[in-house]
Amino acid sequence: MTATATAAVIAPAAEAAPALRDTRPLRLITCGSVDDGKSTLIGRLLWDTKAVKEDQAAALNRDSGKQNDLGLPDFALLLDGLQAEREQGITIDVAYRYFATDKRSFIVADTPGHEQYTRNMATGASTADLAVLLVDARAGILEQTRRHATIATLMGIKQFVLAINKIDLINYDKARFDELSREFKEIALSLGVKQVTAIPVSALKGENVVYDGKASMPWYEGPTLVQVLELATVRSAQTVGFRLPVQRVSRPGESFRGYQGTVAGGAVKPGDSVVILPSGMVANVKQIVTFDLVRNAAVAGDAITLVLDRQVDVARGDMIATIDAQPQVGLAFDAQLVALQPGGIEPGKRYWLKSGSRRQRVSVQPSSLLDLKSGKWNRHDGALPMNAIGKVHLSFDEAAIFDAYELNRTTGAFILIDPDTNNTVAGGMIAGKRGDLGGLNNEAERVILSLPADLADKILASGLLSERRDEVDIRRTNPGRAAELLGELDG
Amino acid sequence: MHISEFDAHTQDKQVKPPLDPHLKALENEAIHIFREVAAEFERPVMLYSIGKDSSVLLHLARKAFYPGRIPFPLLHIDTGWKFPEMISFRDEMAKRFDLDLVVHTNPRGLKENISPFTHGSALHTDIMKTEALRQALDAGQYDAAFGGARRDEEASRAKERIYSFRTPDHKWDPRNQRPELWNVYNGMIRRGESVRAFPLSNWTEVDIWRYIQAENIPLPPLYYAAKRKFVERDGMLMWAEDKRFEALPGEQIQEDYIRFRTLGCWPLTGAIKSHATTLDDVIAELEIATVSERQGRAIDRDQAGSMEKKKREGYF
Repeated sequence: MTATATAAVIAPAAEAAPALRDTRPLRLITCGSVDDGKSTLIGRLLWDTKAVKEDQAAALNRDSGKQNDLGLPDFALLLDGLQAEREQGITIDVAYRYFATDKRSFIVADTPGHEQYTRNMATGASTADLAVLLVDARAGILEQTRRHATIATLMGIKQFVLAINKIDLINYDKARFDELSREFKEIALSLGVKQVTAIPVSALKGENVVYDGKASMPWYEGPTLVQVLELATVRSAQTVGFRLPVQRVSRPGESFRGYQGTVAGGAVKPGDSVVILPSGMVANVKQIVTFDLVRNAAVAGDAITLVLDRQVDVARGDMIATIDAQPQVGLAFDAQLVALQPGGIEPGKRYWLKSGSRRQRVSVQPSSLLDLKSGKWNRHDGALPMNAIGKVHLSFDEAAIFDAYELNRTTGAFILIDPDTNNTVAGGMIAGKRGDLGGLNNEAERVILSLPADLADKILASGLLSERRDEVDIRRTNPGRAAELLGELDG
Repeated sequence: MHISEFDAHTQDKQVKPPLDPHLKALENEAIHIFREVAAEFERPVMLYSIGKDSSVLLHLARKAFYPGRIPFPLLHIDTGWKFPEMISFRDEMAKRFDLDLVVHTNPRGLKENISPFTHGSALHTDIMKTEALRQALDAGQYDAAFGGARRDEEASRAKERIYSFRTPDHKWDPRNQRPELWNVYNGMIRRGESVRAFPLSNWTEVDIWRYIQAENIPLPPLYYAAKRKFVERDGMLMWAEDKRFEALPGEQIQEDYIRFRTLGCWPLTGAIKSHATTLDDVIAELEIATVSERQGRAIDRDQAGSMEKKKREGYF
C-alpha cells in the first residue's frame, strides 16, 4: 500500500480494467452486524440514490416516532420488513434491496451478521459477485469479519469492499484507516482474494457512500462505495465450454422438438457439435429459437430453446454440452457443504441432490470441518451440525454431471433436500470428481507451478486436469507473494 | 404449430432493437423460473390480476414456452369491484393470446353482498380476495401458482423467496422459509402443499415500465391519463364513475386528468393527477416520482405490517 492511502487496491495486476462498462445488474452481499451500522449503510445507499420514496419514509417516522440527529428516518425500520424483527429489533433473514444509479442497477442481499446465521450469509453470497464487509472503525477487524470473508470466499466471491464505517467517530484518522486496511489485506491474502478496496465511510453522514467525503477526509483519494460497485464485474461463466441443463422438452407439434433451458456456461451457435450427458450421444446444433428471433448465437445466462439436427433421446435433467470441453460425469464427487438446518447433515443418509434441473439420490460422507475462527480444516467424519461448513464425499446411484464450482458457479453448485421433510438442508460446491485411485498417488512426486491467472484458468478448464481435479491444490495470490513462496522452497 | 407460422412470426420481430443487458438479465431469470415450475409441478396456474405486473408476467410466460402455448391456465380472482376497463382488457387478452382463463368470484361474498364501502377494506379483501383465492386454488388442486409480486414493493416482500412454500391451508410462515441458494429451486412438496412462484421477484417498478416500453406490451388504458370523475377521500383520489359510488356529505365530484399507478378494486385504489397519456410520459413521470406506487393502496395503510399479516393468511 502506498503512503498516500489511495483506495488500497490489493494486487490489481491480475484484473485488467474492463474495456466496456458492465451494465448487467450487480448482485452484492453486505456483511456486518447492527453495531457496525449496516442498516444505516444500506439505508444511506437507498436514500442517496432515491430508492426510498416519501411515503415510505413517512410510514417509518409514523411507526417509530423517531429520527436520528440528522433528521433522517430510522433506516433499520425500513429494512427490517417482518413484524417479528421489528418487535425484537433483530434481522432474522436474508432480505433483498434494490437501487440504481444512472450507470447501473444493484441487487443487495442484506444478511444478518450474527454468528448463528451462517446459513443466511451463504444463501445471500451464493448469487453475489461482490461482498461489502462492514467494520466499525473503533472496534476494528473482528473475528466476525474474518468469518464473513471466509464464507464469502468459499461461496465464490472474488471482489471485496472493506467499508470502514463510523470514521467520523475517530476524527477521520488516516493512520487508523491505513492500519485496518493493512490488517484486512493480510486476511484477504490468506484466503486467496485478489481484489479488495478499503474505503473510509460515515454511513450516518453519507460520506464516501454515494457522495464523496472530501470535505472531512481530504487525504482519501479513492472511490466512493457506489463508484466501486459501478465498476465491479459480473461473473459470466465463460471459462468452461457450452453448458445447457435441460429444463423441459418443448413439443408443440409433430414438426418441432426443442430443448429449453438457460445457458450455464460458454456459448453456442448453429453447427456446433454437442454431447448429451449422461448418455454420451452426439448431435449438431440446428437452431437457437427464442420468442424474438432465431438467433445466430447464445451465451451464458440466455434462456433459449435449442433444436438439434437429429433425433436423440433428451430428457429434463440431462445436460447438453460442448463436445470439446465436457463436464465431469461420474458416481463419486468431492464437495464442500454448508449445513442449513437444525438437523444438520447425517453421514450415510440418502438425500435428494438438485443441481440445475437434475435431481437425484445421493449419500453424503463428511471428511473434514472448517474452523471458521482459524480458517483451518480439521478431520471430521461425524454429522455436520447446522451452520457448519464441511468437506464431504458424495456417492450417487446414477451418473452425476458437474463442473468444479471454481470453474462454473452454476454447474458446480447444488442443494441437498431431506426426503423426510422436503426442506433444503445444505448448499454445496463441487470440488471435483473423486478419482478411482482415491489418494493412492500420495507418494508420487509433486510439482508446484506459479502461473498467470488467465493461463491457470485455461488449464483448469481442460479435460485432462478436470478429471483429476481432486488431486490438485490451488491457491491464488499476487506475484510478489508467489515469488516469496517459491524463494522459500529454493532456500 | 406449423413451422411456417413460426417463421412468419419471427420475421415480424426482426426490427425490434435488442433489450439492454439489465432487462435481458431480468427476462432470462423470469423465463428460467417459469420453465422450472412448469416442469416440476403437476398443476401450475398463473394468477392474473390484469395490472402492469401481470401483463409483464403474461408476456414472459408466452416467451418462456414459445413456440408452444402457455402450458397452464390463468386465474383471475374477480372481486366484483374491478374497473370495467380491466375486465374488457382481460377478455381481449384471453382471446388474442388463446389463453386458458379461469375466473372466480367468492360465492359467499356475492350472496352476502360484501362491499368495501359497507364492510371496510380489510373485510372485503379478506373475503373477496384472500378467501376467494383459497377457494379457487383448492378447486383447481393447483400445486404451484405464479404471481407477479416484486420484492421492492413492500417491506415484508423483501424477504419472500422465489419459490414461496405454503401449507395445505395456504399459510405462509416467514420465519421458517426454505433457504434458496443460486438459482437452484426446491420444488418438493407433499400432497396438499403448494408453492407460490414469483418470476418478477428481482424487478423494480422502473424495470417493469422500461420492459413494457421495450417489448411493446399492451396495458389497460387506466394507466394512462384521461379525464375521469373522482372525489378526494382520506387523502386518496377515488374514482367516482361506478353506479355503486356514493359521495359522502360535503364531497365534491371533480373531473380532471387522472391515472392509476397500480390497479386493484376501484374503491381501494387511489389515482394520481397526471397528464401522462403515453408510455414515455408515464416513465418520465415515474423517474421523478417521490412517492411509492403503493401509496395509493388503502390495504397497506390499515396498520403497520398489514401486508405481512395478509400474506400469512394467504393473500397473494
